[in-house]
Amino acid sequence: MKTKMMFAASLLAATVLSGAASAKTFVYCSEGSPEGFDPGLYTAGTTFDAAAHTVYNRLLEFKPGTTETVPGLAESWEISDDGLQYTFKLRPGVKFQTTDFFTPTRDLNADDVIFSFERQWKSDHPWHQYVAGAAWEYFNGMGFPDLIDKIEKVDDMTVRFTLKRQEAPFLANLAMPFSSIVSKEYADKLEADGQQQQLNQQPLGTGPFEFVAYQTDAVIRYRAHEDYWNGKQKIDDLVFAITPDASVRFQKLKAGECHLMPYPNAADVEQMRSDPNLKVMEQEGLNVAYLAYNTTQAPFDKPEVRKALNMAINKQAIVDAVFQGMATPAKNPIPPTMWSYNDSVQDDPYDPEAAKKMLEEAGVSNLSMKVWAMPVSRPYMLNARRAAELIQSDFQKIGVNVEIVSYEWAEYLERSKAKDRDGAVILGWTGDNGDPDNFLHTLLGCDAVGGNNRAQWCNEEFNNLVEQAKQASDQAERTKLYEEAQVVFKREAPWATLDHSLSIVPMRKEVEGFVQSPLGDFAFEGVDIVE
Amino acid sequence: MFRFLLRRLAVLIPTFIGVSIIAFAFIRVLPGDPVALMAGERVMSPERHAELMRELGFDRPIWTQYLDYLGGILTGDFGNSIVTRRPVLDEFLTLFPATMELSLCAIILSVVIGVPLGIVAAVRRGSWLDQSVMGFALVGYSMPIFWWALLLIILFSGILQWTPVSGRISLMYFFPPVTGFMLIDSLLSGQEGAFRSAVSHLVLPTIVLATIPLAVIARQTRSAMLEVLGEDYVRTARAKGLPPRRVVGLHALRNALIPVVTTIGLQVGVLLAGAILTETIFSWPGIGKWMVDSVFKRDYAVVQGGLLLIAGIIMLVNLIVDVLYGLINPRIRH
Repeated sequence: MKTKMMFAASLLAATVLSGAASAKTFVYCSEGSPEGFDPGLYTAGTTFDAAAHTVYNRLLEFKPGTTETVPGLAESWEISDDGLQYTFKLRPGVKFQTTDFFTPTRDLNADDVIFSFERQWKSDHPWHQYVAGAAWEYFNGMGFPDLIDKIEKVDDMTVRFTLKRQEAPFLANLAMPFSSIVSKEYADKLEADGQQQQLNQQPLGTGPFEFVAYQTDAVIRYRAHEDYWNGKQKIDDLVFAITPDASVRFQKLKAGECHLMPYPNAADVEQMRSDPNLKVMEQEGLNVAYLAYNTTQAPFDKPEVRKALNMAINKQAIVDAVFQGMATPAKNPIPPTMWSYNDSVQDDPYDPEAAKKMLEEAGVSNLSMKVWAMPVSRPYMLNARRAAELIQSDFQKIGVNVEIVSYEWAEYLERSKAKDRDGAVILGWTGDNGDPDNFLHTLLGCDAVGGNNRAQWCNEEFNNLVEQAKQASDQAERTKLYEEAQVVFKREAPWATLDHSLSIVPMRKEVEGFVQSPLGDFAFEGVDIVE
Repeated sequence: MFRFLLRRLAVLIPTFIGVSIIAFAFIRVLPGDPVALMAGERVMSPERHAELMRELGFDRPIWTQYLDYLGGILTGDFGNSIVTRRPVLDEFLTLFPATMELSLCAIILSVVIGVPLGIVAAVRRGSWLDQSVMGFALVGYSMPIFWWALLLIILFSGILQWTPVSGRISLMYFFPPVTGFMLIDSLLSGQEGAFRSAVSHLVLPTIVLATIPLAVIARQTRSAMLEVLGEDYVRTARAKGLPPRRVVGLHALRNALIPVVTTIGLQVGVLLAGAILTETIFSWPGIGKWMVDSVFKRDYAVVQGGLLLIAGIIMLVNLIVDVLYGLINPRIRH
């Protein structure tokens, strides 16, 4: 029995790794189950990895490894002088996947693009409520209903979007998973057959991999798309083996049951690095954790008080204690992998003595405050309670008394928005579209006070810069404006920027061509297994 | 017997309604609503929040929601998951066979090993054998499942490489589910080696899940046996010169089994709870993890529907145990 089992296990490892004799199979030990396969309906990264980055393409794509956009299904585009009209020329000859469940008869055209957006946009569209309670959360969350005036078919291969106002991040939004282009021909067939639900269960697109099967909570299978416009993939089959526990993912990776895994335990990373069969990639994630003061309340309305407190926080200690090194201290509100990150900004030095003096000069003594600690672990802050305790002891050293408060997560999010909130809040953000606007305007703009702007901070100078950048369409000009905004941010210190967590990706040595995405996606276009 | 069964069934109705109320109320008592959690850090305007709550039907009076839910259940409609938008019953039926297969294997393992161990410990009371069996049972009972499972994986899958790390079958086997039970489906598929692969994937999770029930059953069997072994009829049997094996196996065991059967029945509930951790670690696509995830996401429909379905199954198992009990022990029927 023993030898038989050993044989079975080694056979299994050998088969998975060699890719079942002739076919090359790439196995990804994913961390969770997709909510469904229509990227427009959902917001979770796990769902986007399984649906958007495999089966579908978008008009624009993020250039691998960056937050820059490059042509995808749109070969080129023109923006009108007033910045309101975007005209996209579609790539000719793009084939949809031919699968067991559908055989397309035509290539991609303008109808598919219009269908993909209108179904999310128009409440009377036959596909708007094809699943009960469809909320099209990202389409709404990115403000598309208020932004888009009309979408027109100019000709078969040309689509024009007219906006109601200038909005530079619009292009980046078109590269987001919710903007995936769905086959209208396939949808029409499903509608005619009364099988609309299938669109969310058997997706069909133009992407590098075609959907084969999903065994709920266990395995998702894909095959390389034979006629993919960007060239057929080097691997033949792609398999997502759903493995929720990080320690178990690591064991599977070691045993050769998968080639690549996301989100390792910090404690395992050293062992991964020293394993001769594995290699490890790392990069700052598209996120930031912060401590937001309530800048409308005394004495936190004074920048010098906020700055003094910031100087009292030992960020490195937080990074070491909470992340075991799997994060870097943050100085700007946007992560270093994002374009326009201003590396010339000097962080407030950790200097309790100077901080104490600054507080005295500001006339603040015997200060007591609340620090809010999130009750949940998020990618940007694994343990807010621990971070809050460290901040508490840091502040103690400069004579500031801290009471740590916490609420249940939904309650925490709700209460921390209040303009008259008492105390500073630990929270963070994971970027959606790689555009600095998605951090600087969304989290710190005047519009967001009482909402995402937990510092309740409305600074005219800063706000003007980010508003201007939102309307400028030239990236160089936008970069300059955002760089300047970061300088103002540091001077005014509405937050203590705490950390950017590192995204660490362990994989087998033989994996080649995987590019880590600053957006945190796991996309397998271009990967190969080289023995 | 028929009247006994009828009486038992009559008790189930109020229990079922009670469970439906608890399941319905439990998830709503927790702070935070599904829409707010869906938005997460992304702040949603109050209007949009209200609109989505309305679309999901959560703006209606609570009793209307409850009656709708109850009415749906009576017609077999458990509602749709708020997260996946799929019917709750479909999801349950897809996932439940995996939990059932694992639980059955675990309960069989714990009975097959636990009962004989308990008997041996009772017969050899006070011996080193008894001491070590009870010692192991105590350790097993107190074992933190998560740690125990990882330990087994690291040893048997990592270092010795005897068993696969997780999953239900090797990825190289791919066939559509027929019964949902991998052992049966792998045989039906006719693919060579599939059944063996399914068995090898079952070994570790079965051991982990069986650990606690096994300990409980062994202890229960031992104490039930000890009690019975001191009875007059056992002494009589011994006195009339029956071989010890017959005394223990026939006269004592049959009577000792009554409380043991009850214990086994009760372990089914424990197994379903234990399945949550075991399923998470072994990437086992069952209902345990499904339920926990839905509590975190405040997926009202899944929590209330899933709880009710699970409660229904536990009630059914208890009913079967009661009937068995009546068969073993005719006194109960009256």
